[in-house]
Amino acid sequence: MSARAARPAALARRFAPEIALIAVLVVLPAALPYIRGGTYDIANRILDWGLFGLGFDLLFGFTGLLSFGQAAFYGAGGFVAAYLLIAPFTTNAVVALIVGTVAASIFGVIVGYLSLRRTGIYFAMLTLAFNEMFFFLDISPLARWTGGENGVAGVPEPRLGFGLFTININDPGGLYWLLVVLFVVGFWLARRIVASPFGAVLRAVRENGARAAAVGHDVPKYKLTIFVIAAAYSGLAGGLLGLLQGYMPPDAFYLDTSGQLVVQTIIGGAGTLIGPLIGATVWLYLYTLLQNIAGIGALWKMILGIIFVVLVTIFRHGICGAVTLLWRRLSPQPPPAAEPPPPAEPERRAAEPRRSAQRPPPSGPVVLATRNLTKRYGGLTAVDDVSFELREGEIRAVIGPNGAGKSTFFNMLANVIPPSSGTIEFKGEDITGLGATLVCQRGISKSFQINQIFPSLTVRDNLRIPVLARAYGKFHPFMLRAVTRDAAVNAGIEEAASSVQLRDRLDVPAAELAYGEKRRLEIGLALATQPQILLLDEPTAGMSPAERTDTVRLLRRIAAGLTIVIVEHDMDVVFGLADRITVLFNGRKIAEGAPDAIQGNPDVRAAYLGSQAAHEPA
Amino acid sequence: MGLTIIFGALGVVNFAHGALYGVGAYAGFVTYEYTGSFVAAMAAGAAFLLVVGVVVERGLIRLYYQRPPEDQILVTFGVAIILVEALRAVFGGLARNIPAPSWAAGIVNLRVTLYPTYRIDVLAIVGASLVLLYFILYRTRLGLIVRAGIEDQLMVNILGINVTRTFLTVFGLGAMAAGFAGVINAPIVTVTPDMGADILVQSFVVVVIGGVGSFWGAVVGGLIAGEILALTAMIQPAYSQVMLFTVMALVLILRPQGLFGVEGRQ
Repeated sequence: MSARAARPAALARRFAPEIALIAVLVVLPAALPYIRGGTYDIANRILDWGLFGLGFDLLFGFTGLLSFGQAAFYGAGGFVAAYLLIAPFTTNAVVALIVGTVAASIFGVIVGYLSLRRTGIYFAMLTLAFNEMFFFLDISPLARWTGGENGVAGVPEPRLGFGLFTININDPGGLYWLLVVLFVVGFWLARRIVASPFGAVLRAVRENGARAAAVGHDVPKYKLTIFVIAAAYSGLAGGLLGLLQGYMPPDAFYLDTSGQLVVQTIIGGAGTLIGPLIGATVWLYLYTLLQNIAGIGALWKMILGIIFVVLVTIFRHGICGAVTLLWRRLSPQPPPAAEPPPPAEPERRAAEPRRSAQRPPPSGPVVLATRNLTKRYGGLTAVDDVSFELREGEIRAVIGPNGAGKSTFFNMLANVIPPSSGTIEFKGEDITGLGATLVCQRGISKSFQINQIFPSLTVRDNLRIPVLARAYGKFHPFMLRAVTRDAAVNAGIEEAASSVQLRDRLDVPAAELAYGEKRRLEIGLALATQPQILLLDEPTAGMSPAERTDTVRLLRRIAAGLTIVIVEHDMDVVFGLADRITVLFNGRKIAEGAPDAIQGNPDVRAAYLGSQAAHEPA
Repeated sequence: MGLTIIFGALGVVNFAHGALYGVGAYAGFVTYEYTGSFVAAMAAGAAFLLVVGVVVERGLIRLYYQRPPEDQILVTFGVAIILVEALRAVFGGLARNIPAPSWAAGIVNLRVTLYPTYRIDVLAIVGASLVLLYFILYRTRLGLIVRAGIEDQLMVNILGINVTRTFLTVFGLGAMAAGFAGVINAPIVTVTPDMGADILVQSFVVVVIGGVGSFWGAVVGGLIAGEILALTAMIQPAYSQVMLFTVMALVLILRPQGLFGVEGRQ
């Protein structure tokens, strides 16, 4: 650690964005007189919107939650702070801002708890509706305190500090420095959050929330936490608005305010943190400039709307995204990473014995058991009264013709869907109805039949998500430590990557992997939670015969010390791996035993051949 | 309130809907200024919005079916801004008005209360539209495809039906309904560029209460919302809007998928 302090160059690199930001903001006042329409007032408002947008960018740009209700917290924080100062309960602006921020956060908990019950467009609708509710509360029932449609006038100039250290700020220039300090701190904090383990999980939630939950993260809690953080940023920005204007307007609660925030963030670039500030600059500066030009003045918002639609359609990451893209095009490209060498893995255990031939029948304790497990969909019984026991260290295959209920059974084992009746026990404890996240935390992890990866994250960042769930549990609120500095987590990622042969593809975005590699990543995600029981749903689905052979070898290698249940159609894979086989047919268990016994079982033959003979259209 | 039911039942509520409703009102207003006929205004509002809907869908929305829902929300929101600002640029911010047609002027004595005839006519028009909509959705081939397309777009495509064209039809019809609604509501409310904001929020609330993509959910949600607004307005007007949102919150706590919503469908 002392070495780090001794190397200013490294420190400078680490805080480069903050340093650049401070440099621009310090120079700006000197440049203001030379900028047309440049005043402290407009700079202050831009910084305030930028601060407001930091929270929204964490919420939307990084977590994928598109809220149209941020004005509710902006207004709430603003009115609480303004009321405290004019009542006056306090004369200290810092106290008022803190109380306003806390109040906004509390509203954030309530609104977040309700709105996050839905996703996508319904989440957006709900935040919009609650925004409207806050507006109506403000202008009518609470008018005694908020001044209704008139707002709160006479917010005093901010006084900071206590006793001897009291500072009165009474000019826009002074306010500017207050805003600069708050924005830089807010920006630094947001950057820490994004770089932390917490931030890594947020991105996973944006990419594929269901998978983030399945590898053991408490996704609703993560969403609520970031919603509240965004509300806190909004509340602080709202409080500052009152101080800036000396007046707290009800406009803060307008739907248009929420909309303006969304537009600014998209124009500047969502997911960049600096984007909202740039978007605010574009909006407010365009407004100031165009306002006075006859003929265009009235059209400025429509121009902005058109820019917005074009950016959403073409440059999804706004101005910042476009600049980064341009920068990459212009800067000399490093030669593209070489194509993956053919999987010439050094065969450490070159001549692996055929498993079933060598291994004694599994005799460890029962780790997973189902009792009379049943799932009904309306009149259809997909899984009918299946009882089954899995012993430690065993590899169990579940087979059956199409429609036998394998996948349903499997999803119940992983707690992805709840059974209609019956129970599931893990090491003697009833785990029925715990849900996939908790079951994964206990040590049962599932890989999916259809790839469920985090497409725009690199392989490394993909694997980081399950490793974090194992390392820190289902919820990890530490936000200030960089996730890449956690040596244990990094080691876990390397280990998981080697076991699925993706070590030299670690920095490739998952979406760019070849199909077979994606498939291995899918298995790697389940494996990286270090489960005691691994559930594999058709791991070789869609693979070429050569890839299948490789995958069987890979699975055999990772099977050491693991208990595995595998659903598979390919009989070579099944008989090459399994210690015991369970056969489902029409939702019922019709046979169970060693591979040899199953191969000779007449009922199994009848089930497969019969269904083949009838060959009903699905 | 009845209009929100139509939006909900069509399952096409999006962020541009309020703006389309406003454009419809202005189209009706212009037609009325020229012809003096309310019926012509209704027809023009609906027809013009059908065209606008088709243009917007083909030109823009079409590009978004394969993109995440957040992008679709953003683009409809952007379209709404452009439409509202276009109205403001052409007509200015002043409130306009279309008078109620002469055949519907006056007041009806309902014994318990006096009620403007025009509002009763609107009720009848909304009722008739709902019956028509129900017929289309549940009794025609198009309706079947639309409902199936909402459930599983890919599957319908595989079955050899051009879902893209169906989406165009639905978007066009949704826009047309919004335009029609804009005209028939114009005599009751004032016509301003951002007149659509309120009805948009109310439509969202109805959809959330009633459940997504459910015809009866939209009907019941709309009726409940209307009752709440009317009843609290009688007792404590200041709280009528707030009550509406409170009920929405209650539904979310007790039944997050909405009263008639199917679990698991987003």
